[in-house]
Amino acid sequence: MKTLVEYIARSLVDNPDAVQVTEIEGERSIIIELRVAPDDMGKVIGKQGKIAKSIRTLTKATAAKEGKRVVVEILR
Amino acid sequence: MEAHAIEKRGKSVDEAIKAALDELGCEIDDVIIEIVEEPNRGILGIVGKKPAIIKVTLREKPEEDVKEVLVELLDKMKIDYKIERVEWDKEKVRINIIGKDMGLVIGRKGETLNALQYMTSLIVNKKREEKLRIVLDVEDYRRKKEKSLEKLAIKLSDKVKTTHKNVVMRPMSPQERRIIHTVLQGDPQVTTYSTGDEPNRKVVITMKK
Repeated sequence: MKTLVEYIARSLVDNPDAVQVTEIEGERSIIIELRVAPDDMGKVIGKQGKIAKSIRTLTKATAAKEGKRVVVEILR
Repeated sequence: MEAHAIEKRGKSVDEAIKAALDELGCEIDDVIIEIVEEPNRGILGIVGKKPAIIKVTLREKPEEDVKEVLVELLDKMKIDYKIERVEWDKEKVRINIIGKDMGLVIGRKGETLNALQYMTSLIVNKKREEKLRIVLDVEDYRRKKEKSLEKLAIKLSDKVKTTHKNVVMRPMSPQERRIIHTVLQGDPQVTTYSTGDEPNRKVVITMKK
């Protein structure tokens, strides 16, 4: 899960080195925290949150295989 | 994605091409060949003898880039899949995947498939100057949907022709609407247009004036 979000974020931003992803795994849910450089926020959120929504859709499908829920938080 | 080009000389153009392909280790379909100078046998094979000079450039293969990104995404999603078909027709790259987890890849109303297609396109096009259109399909899910939309459009256009009344279709995505417009474009009797705002935009089929 973490590697998926990491790969997507690093591929989209201009400062891939600033990308940080942490994964907190619970029994039934997973929380992913994504941090990018301030200038890159738009690159992972997109117009009307379109990119962020796609990231959430893809992580949701991945988590569904393990029967878990996932929350992706994009932080400054 | 930088263009890799080499120059080769040979007694004949064919010979030069063969040498270039050997050096690059690729097939003739993978390259673009430019003849810089035709060979000249010279007079009596002595005076003014010139070799053939050619320039060989590796052809860009966008479908390989698309495949690479898609494989990264699907592997990281731990999806059980196989890439069944990759097509490139100068305008768009179309990839069809098959496998056990395809229900998951499609998602509710194709939501996951659309997200995967969008993400692949974003990543591939970030590095490109000229935007590439990418269509991702699963077990020909989209293709079948396109076919059924085409059938529906023709059926409804027949209805318009017999009743002379407009038919308003259900709200559709821009991609779906494009299919309807394209199918009925060549029809001499009916015409189509869209009405309403996204996401409730609908196609109307009407008689030509």
